[in-house]
Amino acid sequence: MRKTLRSVYLAMIYLFLYIPILILVIYSFNNTKYSTNWQGFTLKWYTELLSDGPLMEAFANSLIIAVSSSVIATILGTLAAVAFYRYRFWGRKIMYSFIYVLMMSPDIVMGISLLMFFITLGFKTGALTLLLAHITFCLPFVVVTVYARISGFDRNVLDVAKDLGASELQMFRHIMMPMLMPAIIAGWLLSFTLSLDDVIVSFFTTGPYFEILPLKIYSMVRLGIKPEINALSAVMFALSLFTVTVSHFLIKENR
Amino acid sequence: MIRKSYFRSIAVGSTLLWITVFVVVPYVFVVLFSFLTRDPEGIVSWIFTVKNYREIVSPVFLKVCRNSFLLALGTTVITLFAAYPFAFVLSRVNRRLQRILILLMIIPFWTSSLIRTYALIILFKANGILNTFLLYLGLIDQPLNILYTQVAVFIGLVYTLLPFMILPLYSSIQKLDRTMIEAARDLGATSKNIFFKIILPLTMPGIIAGSTMVFLPALGLFYIPDLLGGARSMLIGNFIKNQFLTTGNWPLGSAASVVLTLVMFLFIYGYFLSSRRAHTSGMEGMP
Repeated sequence: MRKTLRSVYLAMIYLFLYIPILILVIYSFNNTKYSTNWQGFTLKWYTELLSDGPLMEAFANSLIIAVSSSVIATILGTLAAVAFYRYRFWGRKIMYSFIYVLMMSPDIVMGISLLMFFITLGFKTGALTLLLAHITFCLPFVVVTVYARISGFDRNVLDVAKDLGASELQMFRHIMMPMLMPAIIAGWLLSFTLSLDDVIVSFFTTGPYFEILPLKIYSMVRLGIKPEINALSAVMFALSLFTVTVSHFLIKENR
Repeated sequence: MIRKSYFRSIAVGSTLLWITVFVVVPYVFVVLFSFLTRDPEGIVSWIFTVKNYREIVSPVFLKVCRNSFLLALGTTVITLFAAYPFAFVLSRVNRRLQRILILLMIIPFWTSSLIRTYALIILFKANGILNTFLLYLGLIDQPLNILYTQVAVFIGLVYTLLPFMILPLYSSIQKLDRTMIEAARDLGATSKNIFFKIILPLTMPGIIAGSTMVFLPALGLFYIPDLLGGARSMLIGNFIKNQFLTTGNWPLGSAASVVLTLVMFLFIYGYFLSSRRAHTSGMEGMP
């Protein structure tokens, strides 16, 4: 009896989380513009997406930003995780707590702080400022993911390498990198997802001439719902589903 | 023998540089601007004032604040009560199933909350699924108007933020030492005592971590009321956004952001206190 009750409770929460997404995906295949009734299966909305020029441009922009910011954040974040683990330097503890504060701090505060920073320095908001902002909010997630794996390391391995005359760079390239690789890839995939999905920070840090997909969706949804948005949302959900699942298994492999 | 290592310099240097330039300096800007005066001609003038903070405690802002605060509090309480038993049950499921269920929780955690909010719109519309379904069942005889109400905003916040409560709770509940509970039971502790004296204090870091991850975004996620709530329901996030995009009052928006940041530090402080009490260290409970 108790066991059934528990299963029902689990199921209810999962249904609550997944039913809206499921309906969204199903409706993206519904052959009708306005009705809620099922009017037959169609791929029309997906093909319409492909022929929507501005939307495709926003998608391309989003991909460019997501790929480049996640790659740069992964490089910087991996270096940072190694630095936090291996080296004692001025401000290490404070910087490390900043990483956590950054992860917890409300997106909107980060968004406006960067907006004020860029504008005061005379930057025009656009692709570059967006890229810098995305790197910044992805960074802590990479650091934490990589650091979690690094701290499980056998320090002796590095000591042996050092005794045998390996330089710091050699140790990084030939010992740490290969061992950290699953975490690095996981951090990269998570950054990619974060960057691709971000609304709030992007809202403040991009300019009017550089449109990205989430902001485009945001402004489209404010005007009402359209089947094309269903299709687009379904595509974005599928993308997150893929990257999150892969990174999940990579992180799991850490343990 | 001390060898100069370029690698070390680059690793340490890039970390220090990036965090200083793109995190520390912009935050200093926020604090600084919150004490400056708005300049209708330019952006701000260099006249120091606490006027912005005084404006924040003015009735108009307090009304926004109260509304937003209550929504965030309600969201936190509901998600906590829904998530706590859930995380408990989840931690008892057999390993293989647990792995799949956790992944199913991580997916919405990382999926764009904009898209998840949009999915709710389809559900709530007057001629949407929910109404069609309820009408079909005969539970209602005319469509409910959920969309563009406070209720929709509230459901939207609960829906998007629930995974952010569940995952930190789960990771702290999973670490519970079962033998401690068994020992207490053997010594004759009642279930109530076991819960309040052992389980609750030990999972407090998870509770606070989860609450932080729900409460703060619930104050700031401005697109949820924008899309689900019409014009009336406003969050602190909408207020800040408007100061930057509509009224151009940077100092006031900055002051509100400083307040938001202070709330965050309050949570972080609570987290460290509770995790010290639970004899754990570091940032456990953070996914």
